[in-house]
Amino acid sequence: MNNRTLNRVGMVVGCLLIMVWCLLPVAWIISLSFKSEASITNGNPGFLPSEGTSAGWANYQAVWDNEQFRRAIFNSIGISLIATLLSIVVATLAAYAIARLEFRGKKLVLSLSLAIAMFPVVSLVGPLFDMWRAIGLYDTWPGLIIPYMSFTLPLAIWTLSAFFREIPWEMEQAAQVDGATSWQAFRKVIVPLAAPGVFTAAILTFFFAWNDFVFGISLTSTENARPIPASLSFFVGADPFNRPASLLAAGAVIATIPIIVIVLIFQRKIVAGLTSGAVKG
Amino acid sequence: MSAITMKNIVKQYGDGFPAVNDVSIDVADGEFMILVGPSGCGKSTLLRMIVGLEDITSGDMVIGERRVNDLAPRERNLAMVFQNYALYPHLTVYENIAFPLRLAKMPDGEVDKLVRDASSTLELDEHLERKPGNLSGGQRQRVAMGRAIVRQADAFLFDEPLSNLDAKLRGQMRTEIARLQKRLGITTVYVTHDQTEAMTLGDRVAVLKRGVLQQLATPRELYENPGNLFVAGFIGSPPMNFLPATVEGTSVKLPFGSVEIPADRAERAAGRGLLIAGIRPEHFEDASLAAEEERSGSTFSAKVETVEWLGNETYAYIPFEAPDEVREQLQQLEKDLDGDSLRTQLVVSLDGSSRIAEGEDAEIWVDGGRIHLFDPASGENLTVDRERAGRIPGAEVGAG
Repeated sequence: MNNRTLNRVGMVVGCLLIMVWCLLPVAWIISLSFKSEASITNGNPGFLPSEGTSAGWANYQAVWDNEQFRRAIFNSIGISLIATLLSIVVATLAAYAIARLEFRGKKLVLSLSLAIAMFPVVSLVGPLFDMWRAIGLYDTWPGLIIPYMSFTLPLAIWTLSAFFREIPWEMEQAAQVDGATSWQAFRKVIVPLAAPGVFTAAILTFFFAWNDFVFGISLTSTENARPIPASLSFFVGADPFNRPASLLAAGAVIATIPIIVIVLIFQRKIVAGLTSGAVKG
Repeated sequence: MSAITMKNIVKQYGDGFPAVNDVSIDVADGEFMILVGPSGCGKSTLLRMIVGLEDITSGDMVIGERRVNDLAPRERNLAMVFQNYALYPHLTVYENIAFPLRLAKMPDGEVDKLVRDASSTLELDEHLERKPGNLSGGQRQRVAMGRAIVRQADAFLFDEPLSNLDAKLRGQMRTEIARLQKRLGITTVYVTHDQTEAMTLGDRVAVLKRGVLQQLATPRELYENPGNLFVAGFIGSPPMNFLPATVEGTSVKLPFGSVEIPADRAERAAGRGLLIAGIRPEHFEDASLAAEEERSGSTFSAKVETVEWLGNETYAYIPFEAPDEVREQLQQLEKDLDGDSLRTQLVVSLDGSSRIAEGEDAEIWVDGGRIHLFDPASGENLTVDRERAGRIPGAEVGAG
């Protein structure tokens, strides 16, 4: 009994420690975003913005009014969503083939996709920069969507093919006997059952695309396609030696919101054990 | 509804192994056909070839008037119940049953009517809105059946549908399936390894061993006139006893003594040397009880090792020694039947009122007229009544 309470207390304390460790920077940046520029420059201490140093929503207002920032947010959302969607569609089809079909070169496809994932991003940026400029993809949405897709595909394929392998073969066969074409069986039976896998892969892909900085800053030059992480680094005020920390903080907070929204939406779909009851356990 | 004709069906896998070898079976319109055999005999493969989930290496599969060898499963209009039910877990029971109708683009009103018909037949009305995950095994089984009966399929195919249920439920569902099939009068092919299901459900039973059809006959014919050792050992529980035997005149010499058999049977087995005699457990009786009823037959005396009294009947076990030649054949047979090779012993079913006790030298009566004699080398039944044995492939030529 005593041991159990001790266990529980330890658990709670441990969790709290980890949460503080992880969330302190987030809390700090939120606190910064509500302080006025002057108070930060003066080195105003204190976690909570107090009387006179608080800027209220002014920072957010200022960031949002910035045309460059709004473009960047729009770019990021658009590019990340399209990259995620394409990556998931391609990965679903590829993973299904890998899990279900016997074809020559199956191993090759799998190891090739792993090999792609192994390349350090930095080593590819240079060649891509040259190539994109030559074929006119530099500073365009597709110019970012393509690398995001190719870097997230391997992970998505591996995740999804694991999910597909879990689905009993009989499901599809039953659907085919019931009068479905292979495509209908895939769409009406397999895809709904693989939904948790699809959403897991989607979240991971979206994270990668949203958080990417190296491609974002190297393959863009204007607001045409520059995503939010790159844009924040260009966010300098009037004085380049004195960067507007509070505005940057507000921008960073805004940049976090879409991620949280996406995770909350997708996470609901990730219900474990969706296939339970399909067959006799 | 339509007949299913299989002509010289062969299924060969990539490594050249023939899972089904030259099987011809004709299922009449409305008939209940059972495919039975131990695991690995090709019965499920055959069923999957009928429904189109396995390619046919050679031979003709004809359903109704159509040769369906090259048709996709959905074009064959058959309904199948899978061994593990294969319900769609993301759909409610209602939508599971409606699935084939929705695929056929049937209007909602009609779908609703048919689904409710099927669900009331199977007593699933109160579960229609539930998901398969929340149902018991028997309910899932019924949903799988509902999905099959809801549409106007040409035939039903069952792949060991009861093997996942417990014994009591299995008995209930067995009668349920029989009742449903009789009512709908639809051609049915049913795969099982359980010989009780085979005997009780089937109009006719096809016994398969390692991809080869052994005998195709009614349950009664199979039981009374098995075509070979394998069929004789497979059908019946407890299984038929196999004893080394030699025929001299009209008497058969068994390890326990001589038994008189009918002259026509003895004639067919004469001059063959060492044979295997097959006697069903219930063709023995406690000699004192048989004498009261004045049944004709022979008696012998043997030491009973174990007795199992079940109330209505008694099983007595009598060990015996078999010559090597017979023993080998019997061990091979055990292997074919998925069994372990136990030592050779006689299982005798006596009346429940028998007072024979363990360790006693008992007088046992045996019905000589029911003894079958098998060739130990080929396994062929020498005393089979061909008029009443259905079809025994391979034996037809010799008989004709």
